[in-house]
Amino acid sequence: MEARQGAVRRTDTFESLPKWRRRQVRDLLVNTLLYLIIVAGGIVFLIPFTWMVSTSLKTLPELQRIPQPLLPEVVRWDNYWVAWTSLPFTRWFFNTAFITIVSIIGTLLSCSLAAYGFAYTRFRGRNVLFLVLLSSMMLPYHVRLIPTFLIFNHLGWINTFLPLTVPAFFGTAFYIFLLRQFFLTLPKELDDAARIDGCNSLNIYWRIILPLSKPALAAVTAFTFIDSWNDFLGPLIYLRQDSRLTLSLGLRMFLDFQEGTGELHLMMAASVATLIPILLVFFFAQKHFVEGVTFTGLKG
Amino acid sequence: MTSQPQPTVRRAEKASVIGWWRWRSVEGYLFIAPWLVGFVAFVLGPFLASFFLSFADWNLVRPPEWVGLEHYRTMFTDDPKWVKSFLNTVYFTVFHVPLILVVALFTALLLNRQLPGIGVFRTLFYLPSVTAGVATAILWRFVFNYRYGLFNQALGMLGIEGPNWLGSTKWAMPAFIIMSTWGFGSLMVLYLAGLQGVPRELYEAAEMDGATAWDKLLKVTIPMMSPVIFFTMIMTVIGSFQIFTAAFIMTEGGPADATLFYILYLYRSAFQWLRIGFASAMAWILFLIILALTLIQLSLSKRWVFYAGEEPA
Repeated sequence: MEARQGAVRRTDTFESLPKWRRRQVRDLLVNTLLYLIIVAGGIVFLIPFTWMVSTSLKTLPELQRIPQPLLPEVVRWDNYWVAWTSLPFTRWFFNTAFITIVSIIGTLLSCSLAAYGFAYTRFRGRNVLFLVLLSSMMLPYHVRLIPTFLIFNHLGWINTFLPLTVPAFFGTAFYIFLLRQFFLTLPKELDDAARIDGCNSLNIYWRIILPLSKPALAAVTAFTFIDSWNDFLGPLIYLRQDSRLTLSLGLRMFLDFQEGTGELHLMMAASVATLIPILLVFFFAQKHFVEGVTFTGLKG
Repeated sequence: MTSQPQPTVRRAEKASVIGWWRWRSVEGYLFIAPWLVGFVAFVLGPFLASFFLSFADWNLVRPPEWVGLEHYRTMFTDDPKWVKSFLNTVYFTVFHVPLILVVALFTALLLNRQLPGIGVFRTLFYLPSVTAGVATAILWRFVFNYRYGLFNQALGMLGIEGPNWLGSTKWAMPAFIIMSTWGFGSLMVLYLAGLQGVPRELYEAAEMDGATAWDKLLKVTIPMMSPVIFFTMIMTVIGSFQIFTAAFIMTEGGPADATLFYILYLYRSAFQWLRIGFASAMAWILFLIILALTLIQLSLSKRWVFYAGEEPA
């Protein structure tokens, strides 16, 4: 009885507060609750990653104990060294880096050229071709996979990096679209002014449009990096020789080796190691990922 | 006499203007030439080629042999594995798409506030979208490990004995659905961008009319977001029909073909068994399925997608 009266009185005092004050109190409560939900969600979400890292630093006997200790008793950094040197991971790292860098250069060049063409020049059939470009984004990659393989096979490009790099120089529909959308947001007067000063289109493209488009180019670079670094099906089809593999294929080979011994800690160490470049790029370029998504504006 | 030079100048000017326009037209083609060549050589050409290959029997060794619709007939009437791979992929899609869309939208709504430090969480939730590959597939393979996997240890703490996820025909697919939901970050970023575009005044007006938070969500946020939701729905459906790497690493299609996804079967048909014609037919059926699903969604969208500036039907 007492308690209920107290509760009533408390409500009374809350009600008697001025409206803006009541609102402040309510906002504070709501925000605290939201924070709790978000933080809890974030922790649950991160558990697989933290488990991966902590497993990579344990010893085998620790892993086989049930329940597993949350953290390693002694942090075993040398697991990374053992895992990395047990197979030619260094070689595979450089292969992957080479394919990724060449793909980025090719993509940036070909996509920005085409995007400039679609955004700034007028030519017969431009709109039709742009529609073709848009609809080609809807074509599943796998429908053209087999004939593309046959072409590269015919050219004798199997077991080389060419099938994984050369197509980048011929543009990717999505990135052309993204860059075009960005180019269209640049003031049109720039183009006119530069023309009056006697610049030709190539000059305008190279000296004016590209330097102004750094955020969009950064977004394309970031996306291409991730796609290329994580690609699995492409290397799986085209690369066979052990010395020519990429990290994705190498990890897959490592998995086969580790299945027999059950050396989960080494498996996780190798996996974490291949993720490090991605994490670095992501943390330095995270802004560009988000911007890249918003440039396309989804409006078509 | 005095007026004569003028027309000549004008004619020359006109000619140069036309020439200039013509040059700009050529120029336009030069700019898009790399893409155009690539499109013909690596997109349109192979796309049509796979259509013709789908009527042939070919293993790269013997010369191709015309078999007409034989591969298509085999698929639908004579190949239980194809049916299985199709149904598995449908099963995955039916659960994966709604789940990931709801989780992404819910998280976007939570994070769409000006709170200190909220950016950290946006980054965090986006992370698995960039790490998706062999390394995380290996991670999940062990997360679902029967004995020392993360999942069953957590369930064990609650006193529940977890199933042998990837080793069971019943639980392997749910494991894939759980794992795929982890990658909701890229959708969430799209939704956050979409939420920024909802005009404040709509919420203010709704508040004046005494709308609750729930009303605002259902009557303002969701309708205003419906074009983005629609776009992501189509892209997610298309994506979920193409799941491959995770299946290849985590289960290799097993156990007993319970996770034999469409692309996995296509890959094996083409590159392990060299059934080039059959795999091409599979690729074309995939294309038709995706096209049909997109068209169905497009026609249904008229009932629920609201484009601002348009009267709702």
